[in-house]
Amino acid sequence: MNAAQTPVLECKNVSISYFTRAGAIPAVYDFNLTVMPGEAVGIVGESGCGKSTVALAIMQYMGRNGAITGGEIKFMGRDMRTMSQEELRKIRGSQISMVYQEPMASLNPSLLIRTQLTEVLIVHEGISEDAAYKRAVEVLDAVRLPDPNRIMNSYPHQLSGGQQQRVVIAMALLSNPKLLLLDEPTTALDVTVEAGVVELIKDISKRFGTSMIYISHNLGLILETCNRICVMYSGQAVEVGEVKQVFDHMRHPYTRGLFSSIPLPGADRFSRPLVPIRGQLPLPRDRPKGCTFGPRCDFFEAARCDKPIAMLDIANDPGHQARCVRYNEIDWKRYRPKGLEAEPIIPGPPVLQIRNMKKYYEIRDNSIAAMISGTKSRFVKANEKIDFEAREGETVAIVGESGCGKSTFAKVLMGLEESSGGEVLVNGQEVGHLPVRKRPAGLISSLQIVFQNPFETLNPSHSVGSQIARVLRKFGVAKNRDEAERKTYELLDLVKLPREFADRKPRQLSGGQKQRIGIARAFGGEAAVVIADEPVSALDVSVQAAVTGLLTDIQRKKRTTLVFISHDLSVVRYLADRIVVMYLGRIMEQGTTDEVFSPPYHPYTEALLSAVPIADTSVTKRHIVLKGELPSPMNPPPGCPFQTRCPRKIGAICETEMPPNKDMGNGHMIMCHLPDDVLRAMEPVIKVGRHESEESNIAH
Amino acid sequence: MTVTSVPATEMPKRRPLLLRILKSITLLRESYVGMFGAVLVLFWLVMAVGADLFPLRDPLAQSAPDLLKPALSLAPDGTTYWLGTDDKGRDILSRLIFGSRLVLFWSVLATVVAYAVGMLLGVMAGYRGGWWDEVISFIGNVFLSFPPMVLFLVILTNFGPTSSMGQYIGSLGVGSTVVSGVIIIVAITFGTAPQVARIVRGLVLDLKTRDYIAAAEVRGESPLYIMLVELLPNARGPLIVDACLRLGYVIIAIAVLGFLSLGLPPPEPDWGKMIAEVRGFGAMASNAMIWPAMAISSLVLGLNLLADALREISLRD
Repeated sequence: MNAAQTPVLECKNVSISYFTRAGAIPAVYDFNLTVMPGEAVGIVGESGCGKSTVALAIMQYMGRNGAITGGEIKFMGRDMRTMSQEELRKIRGSQISMVYQEPMASLNPSLLIRTQLTEVLIVHEGISEDAAYKRAVEVLDAVRLPDPNRIMNSYPHQLSGGQQQRVVIAMALLSNPKLLLLDEPTTALDVTVEAGVVELIKDISKRFGTSMIYISHNLGLILETCNRICVMYSGQAVEVGEVKQVFDHMRHPYTRGLFSSIPLPGADRFSRPLVPIRGQLPLPRDRPKGCTFGPRCDFFEAARCDKPIAMLDIANDPGHQARCVRYNEIDWKRYRPKGLEAEPIIPGPPVLQIRNMKKYYEIRDNSIAAMISGTKSRFVKANEKIDFEAREGETVAIVGESGCGKSTFAKVLMGLEESSGGEVLVNGQEVGHLPVRKRPAGLISSLQIVFQNPFETLNPSHSVGSQIARVLRKFGVAKNRDEAERKTYELLDLVKLPREFADRKPRQLSGGQKQRIGIARAFGGEAAVVIADEPVSALDVSVQAAVTGLLTDIQRKKRTTLVFISHDLSVVRYLADRIVVMYLGRIMEQGTTDEVFSPPYHPYTEALLSAVPIADTSVTKRHIVLKGELPSPMNPPPGCPFQTRCPRKIGAICETEMPPNKDMGNGHMIMCHLPDDVLRAMEPVIKVGRHESEESNIAH
Repeated sequence: MTVTSVPATEMPKRRPLLLRILKSITLLRESYVGMFGAVLVLFWLVMAVGADLFPLRDPLAQSAPDLLKPALSLAPDGTTYWLGTDDKGRDILSRLIFGSRLVLFWSVLATVVAYAVGMLLGVMAGYRGGWWDEVISFIGNVFLSFPPMVLFLVILTNFGPTSSMGQYIGSLGVGSTVVSGVIIIVAITFGTAPQVARIVRGLVLDLKTRDYIAAAEVRGESPLYIMLVELLPNARGPLIVDACLRLGYVIIAIAVLGFLSLGLPPPEPDWGKMIAEVRGFGAMASNAMIWPAMAISSLVLGLNLLADALREISLRD
């Protein structure tokens, strides 16, 4: 056989189980995957679908309680199950390598990068330390790390998150592996940093001929990086094919459901809301006998869908397979789940007014050097000149990457920190200098927050009902126990959870359900302003759609002002009326959603927009990848905060002078030195083209 | 996630408390070591609770002709001294069983008090931080820097029943056993609470960064409510395991104090004191010494094994 035609990896009918006290739990079953040389295959699916288990099985690294119970995994034509531990050890790290989600957890914090990189070569190839050092520097250069020699002699904590992940990727590439497994490699990174790493990953297979398996929950990233895609659901592959085939001509109702629940350009929360997939992912031991997606599928047919279903080849579409017996009966052109249209919310008078707000943190330096130079205390400007308004019933999004000051702003608003200057007015009342303990109950209940992490938002020791009831009592909404109980039930109804949940402990709830309880708690009193701090970023996409829909519904009913803090521009575009873009503590641009998403742009907004992966083949983006890393807010650059990474920097003025805040019309503010005519002449970043097929994801 | 509500029939019903306890015991059954520990502890618990129900001699009754009898020897009335007698002719079996009552009562009480103080200090130091933390941790470290026995000796000799203060309290009509017991509790609290506080402080430092604490703060809860209701219940896992181990140490400490005649006053059948009383008789008293020693080690061993198993179970899943 020709070497070029031997698949790098071939999984045939693989079944994987975990063994627990309660018996064997089949995590993955009947899984088939072929990876050809130089090919990049994306595995996509929601949490619990088995995608990481597949990666671990390929590494033959299942832990003590997991085992491959059936099928075979062939690497370069050899069945890995027949290999000895010694052989596997030789293959891992040299022929197959893996990149995990958390770069900091993949690097040993107490060893120099050079030790960790050269070790790979010394162990696997037995070459000298000098030769290994040279090779390592070459690879660091190849992953586009500046100054590889400095990086080699650094400890992991001296590098930024993006640099760390590049080092991890370099380590994986060192011995020129045949197969690279990437398990959510950019999930922990900021958007603009992610864009750089994604570009690097795309480049790898071209330059090194490495095959890749890219595991992600983000369809947009798969579209950008992969040739083929495998959609997994509840332990099985449900659809496999070329990325374009699957994105444009999907043939499984689950895939369609996924696409209907992610905010693509064109979705609108009023006229065309996202559609969550109804029901829940079944637990491995309660999987339905037939099609695992059956109970959530609109096309379930009793006699045919309730027996085991094999992968079927799609007629006239070679290489495309789906696990659906009715795939050619469904009218894919017309089948597009539709949400309920609703009237737009008309914003009322201003509720939240922020004027020239500042928040500085004092950093004391007690070193002798600092005492001599007289720099004993410095100020970190976490928020500087924050100026915006939010009206009743309006959603204002604050967008920015880590360190931009968006969480600090939330803390000041909630009364966990005091502002250092300016005004923070809620319904005309100054709250910036009013810590939460000094706020009256009415004010506290009118300013509430929905937290990011659903797994931390509820106290695991207390029942869900008692936690909601506590809020009601605290806000003075309920005077006695009976009233608190009744109102708790009403709130559970409001967030569309069954009343029985009141008796449950948080661990008995799924992530999305917990987040609903968090929302119920925030709306317990008469909330005038609710801050939602990345409320959906930790949730699976189909759940995200449900939670964003819920927020919009409640907002309509209660006419609440929503301050939506996020780094995810797709969600922001879908949810927000107005957008405030922050960078290093300052507002770079603000305006209505349309104004921010179309030119003129602030150069930072332009880069942010370009960095967001979009799961739509008809969208073309201008490609802007920012150089360098996010500066530390402790040590911001002089002049314009963005000047160190700005691709449109015009010269010395950017380095010395803070740019003016220019009104581009109707309150669309841009803080930039670029002349107006240059700003106005910008091209749109995202262009939505026409689909070749009628069954586009964007209904025209 | 569904928009429609889930029918009530699909709800897993909350199990009643008794069932949940039974369930934890069945979990323990998988660890033979843990099961062995539980059996040892349960044995002494049953002995302590049911001491009055067993056909035992009076543990304080002395019998002049039967001094230092070996195990299984006959008494003048034709009954058997199952474990022999001590230097005053008292039945060792009966003294051991009635003694288990004393040992368990005072050690559990001392541990509970030490834990209450330690948890309170630990949660304050961890949650409030700053000066609270500095002061509490410093005082705790001062006490921890004493060798525990020296600390106990200092406290017991200065405040115990034989001290002027102890005698004053005794003159108020408080029983000498109670005075000794309370002062033992105080001594053990000083030795143990700082260690507990240190554990709790560490746990709280992690727990207080969780969003549900921020949620409590932004709804205006008082620090006391946050500490007692939001934080402490979530630290219980590691604390239960530690309490099991710590109870074993306390039992040993009380036995040592008894041995040094600083424990409960005579004629109470304290295990440590039982060994001390016959010690002067050398080899003749080996029988009278071995049984209380075995009682102490079996109970402590049981607690340690139980703690190991609990830790193993809590780490699983």
